[in-house]
Amino acid sequence: MVSTDIQPAVEARAVVKNYGETAVLRGLELSLPPGEVTVLLGPNGAGKSTLLRILAMLTQADSGSVSIHGVDLAAEGPRARGLTGSVLHSPMLYADMTARENLIFFAGLYRLKDIDELIASNAARVGIEANLDDRVRTLSHGFQKRVALARALMHEPRLLLLDEPESGLDSQSVSRLDNVIDEYRRAGRTVVMTTHIVEHGLEIADRAVVLSGGVVGLESSSPAGDRASILAAYTLPYEQYSTQGPAR
Amino acid sequence: MSDSLAVIWSIGRKDLLLELRNKDVVVAVAGFALLVMVIFTFSLNLTQDNARLIGPGVLWAAVAFAGVTGLNRAFSLEVEGNTLEALMLAPISRDLIFLGKALGNFLFITVALAVVLPVFAVLFNLIIFRWEMLAISLLTTIGFSAVGTLFAAMSVRVRAREVMLPLLFLPVVTPLIMAAVESTSHMVNGRSWSDMSQWLQLAAAFDVIFIVVSAFVFQHILED
Repeated sequence: MVSTDIQPAVEARAVVKNYGETAVLRGLELSLPPGEVTVLLGPNGAGKSTLLRILAMLTQADSGSVSIHGVDLAAEGPRARGLTGSVLHSPMLYADMTARENLIFFAGLYRLKDIDELIASNAARVGIEANLDDRVRTLSHGFQKRVALARALMHEPRLLLLDEPESGLDSQSVSRLDNVIDEYRRAGRTVVMTTHIVEHGLEIADRAVVLSGGVVGLESSSPAGDRASILAAYTLPYEQYSTQGPAR
Repeated sequence: MSDSLAVIWSIGRKDLLLELRNKDVVVAVAGFALLVMVIFTFSLNLTQDNARLIGPGVLWAAVAFAGVTGLNRAFSLEVEGNTLEALMLAPISRDLIFLGKALGNFLFITVALAVVLPVFAVLFNLIIFRWEMLAISLLTTIGFSAVGTLFAAMSVRVRAREVMLPLLFLPVVTPLIMAAVESTSHMVNGRSWSDMSQWLQLAAAFDVIFIVVSAFVFQHILED
């Protein structure tokens, strides 16, 4: 299904983010159309995770503006958070609660209805039906990540944010994840993910964005075709993009 | 409005469920408070008269110091599992997270008080099971929970958080402890509601101010 949404799924204008004296994002400009899978690439410290954390509203940009489907994050935080689902590095689950109790709790925060059905369908989607009543503490990291993915999907967000989602997953889990991403694409929803497994990222993405030195170094709407230039941009030294000090 | 209350209750109930499984906070708060009271009982030559004089001070000082221990633990659990970030991802305003966490802390301290008060009554030989005591306990616990939740959130990412929380918490709750001690003192000395009303009003005003201010400040603390 092709999205008919005219607003960009993500629009970032002149986004600056510093951690102390360290400049992470230096006036980043980015506009991502809806209904696509975008993979953010870049070496460690390029600003991928920081950008995802800003989109997930776990941190704020020092300056610049960010909107998701036209909703400004600074002005309408709770509404914008309702549009996103996030799976970040940590599964962010209560270890002494079962997977089901975690999902029920978070479904309550998202004010969802028919919670039992939602949990059953999303558990099947990520393959945790048999583990729903196990305490999270007893689950492997891979299964904890699946529970986190089920939580992120329960409210059917229009924008799915995935930060290195394949880390700690076995090949079967990665394959399930790819299915979920593909399902999202076909439903006209948007996925923005980071990865260090570049080949895999280019394989599943509609768009690739290479970050370097806190700005967009290269953007491609045909990642498979532009593979060589993307890989070259990925490995370009940081100084080639910026010689500035901390961003102001 | 009912949606917001449901979210607050949901966070408080989740904290209670985790506490029922771990018993970290209630055991720490009640255990610490009981130890302090027992030490005072043996170190002082208690008579019926001086028990009325010093008992209320011992009770609320013990609860305040013990409360610090529990408040620290309640918030550090959220940070250790990164679950505070999961709460921040939800489409709810940050002040609801504060109110939910404060509700959880209120429930923990209330349960701890339910253990501590009967022991206090026996050790100091004072009659405290009266409506006045319920009002004093309620107002004091609400204030402790509001201020404690705010400062626990502020200090939880600091390396020396065990030191930082009491340094922030105890000076701020001093007016509340004074109100609790004075009104409890009036009660055990057989005075009427009207005698203690000014202290109860002080505690109520403290609660209202700090719930509002803490909920506002909490939103900014969550952003790094």
